[in-house]
Amino acid sequence: MDDLLTIESLSIRHAGRPLVSGVSLSVAAGERVGLIGESGSGKSLTALAAIGLLPEGMTASGSVRLAGRQVIGATDREVVGLRGAAVATIFQEPLTALDPLMRIGDQIAEVVRRRARRDGRSPSRADVFAEVTGLMARVALPDPARLARAYPHEMSGGQRQRAAIAMALACRPRLLIADEPTTALDVTTQAEVLKLLETLVREENMGLLFISHDLPVVGTAVDRVLVLRAGELVEEGPVAEVFRRPRHPYTVGLVEAARAFDQAIGAAL
Amino acid sequence: MTAATPVLAPPTSMRVTPTFLIGATLVGLHVVVGLLTLVWTPYDPTAMTGGRLAPPSLAHWAGTDRLGRDLFTEIMVGARIALAVGTGAVAIAAAIGVTIGLLAAFASRTVDDVLAATLDILIAFPTLLLAMLIVAASDGASLGTAILAIGIASSSIVARLTRILARRVLAMDYITAARVSGTGWLGIVRIHVLPNIWPTLIVNFALQFGLAVIAEASLSYLGLGAPPPNASWGRLLQEAQATVYTAPFGAIAPGVALVSLVIGLNLFADGLRDVADPTRRRR
Repeated sequence: MDDLLTIESLSIRHAGRPLVSGVSLSVAAGERVGLIGESGSGKSLTALAAIGLLPEGMTASGSVRLAGRQVIGATDREVVGLRGAAVATIFQEPLTALDPLMRIGDQIAEVVRRRARRDGRSPSRADVFAEVTGLMARVALPDPARLARAYPHEMSGGQRQRAAIAMALACRPRLLIADEPTTALDVTTQAEVLKLLETLVREENMGLLFISHDLPVVGTAVDRVLVLRAGELVEEGPVAEVFRRPRHPYTVGLVEAARAFDQAIGAAL
Repeated sequence: MTAATPVLAPPTSMRVTPTFLIGATLVGLHVVVGLLTLVWTPYDPTAMTGGRLAPPSLAHWAGTDRLGRDLFTEIMVGARIALAVGTGAVAIAAAIGVTIGLLAAFASRTVDDVLAATLDILIAFPTLLLAMLIVAASDGASLGTAILAIGIASSSIVARLTRILARRVLAMDYITAARVSGTGWLGIVRIHVLPNIWPTLIVNFALQFGLAVIAEASLSYLGLGAPPPNASWGRLLQEAQATVYTAPFGAIAPGVALVSLVIGLNLFADGLRDVADPTRRRR
């Protein structure tokens, strides 16, 4: 089985300064991979490089193969078609991930229609609307027919993130990249969104690249974890093993910090 | 590329403020009067119909000018000219400005830097002076030249605004999400960038409209606008200047017309923003 995403010795430089160096990872269908590290460790840049959307002025070297096609060095035109079909992303801040001036239903409909065009179909308005409400129900948004008419600012943070997930699903991607999808949410909503992501990834047999700095979140969301620090991979392995027996001092620090936090909560209760 | 067809019905609740109502009324009045002159005016605007420099009377609501032409008729025709110049100039400024602004926003950094610097230089140049240069460089003063000159001279401001607004939208995650899902740059412009920058642009267009009306009056005042016997407000003001102490109404009447249209446009612009932006709309 071919991997959905294979990154080999990826390096990203900006103005001569290395930001990411020698990162290799792969995600297969149905596999959930976590990428953890502190702010500025290069997690998000690695994800952007994977979809060929590095900010201007940054250069990537190495190899990024998305659904078997090389992304590094490819023209934008070559990658555009690949992106919609192979991969979708969910971002940290659901408020900026949605167009503030478009109703949620229209935003999801746009993706539904684009996919239909790609498949050579031209669905009717009613068909599109049915699919939109179907997707919204899928991500457990209440009363989809009514909520489809809402603007992002009229929804709660959790609802917005669910809507963003619905948009990502509308592409029928084989790989889902989630860049800190729960960081902006409160803890109870976090748990719900994580559960939703897990269910969807399992049911659709998608690959998941989950980026986070939050250890407990990563622990519940993925099977395999990679730890990134200052642009370099310092540790990788099955999530339980890495968390139980961290080898690299940095991972030890991360795990201990999370444990101390848990104990503090335990003592308070 | 197919047009964006919204799945959902257009918004029903709109927020109409008193400001917007006053502005719309003033502008509407000018539009109605301007259109009316196409089919009817109280007198022939070029005919000498009364005594020279007569004060306002029942027969001549705003008095007569130094040639005995009915001033009210001339002001009505002036409204049509002002609106024509405003519409034409804003259309030209929008077409040039939005295109250049969007290109700059999407261009590579080098191209963007060059365009931005050029725009800054153009903006530093007074609009009226630039318009005068364009008129002087062309075959001669005419209504068309004035429209073109004001339109080109105002386009740099529209371009810079468009560029800044578009850049801000392009930095948003939903643009990245759209690009990830395979939307090309034209699609991004149509679906996300234009709708998001539209509310601010439309307000700016209404303000530019007011500035264009003033610019046209200024050009005509200087003899660079529509040549006589076109009854431009600027020309009426210039002609009334010599007799402003003996027949002040000749200057007051076109002045009031000009000010009321420009104030109306500014109030209208303010109200438009509330209508165009759903996040500012009360439920």
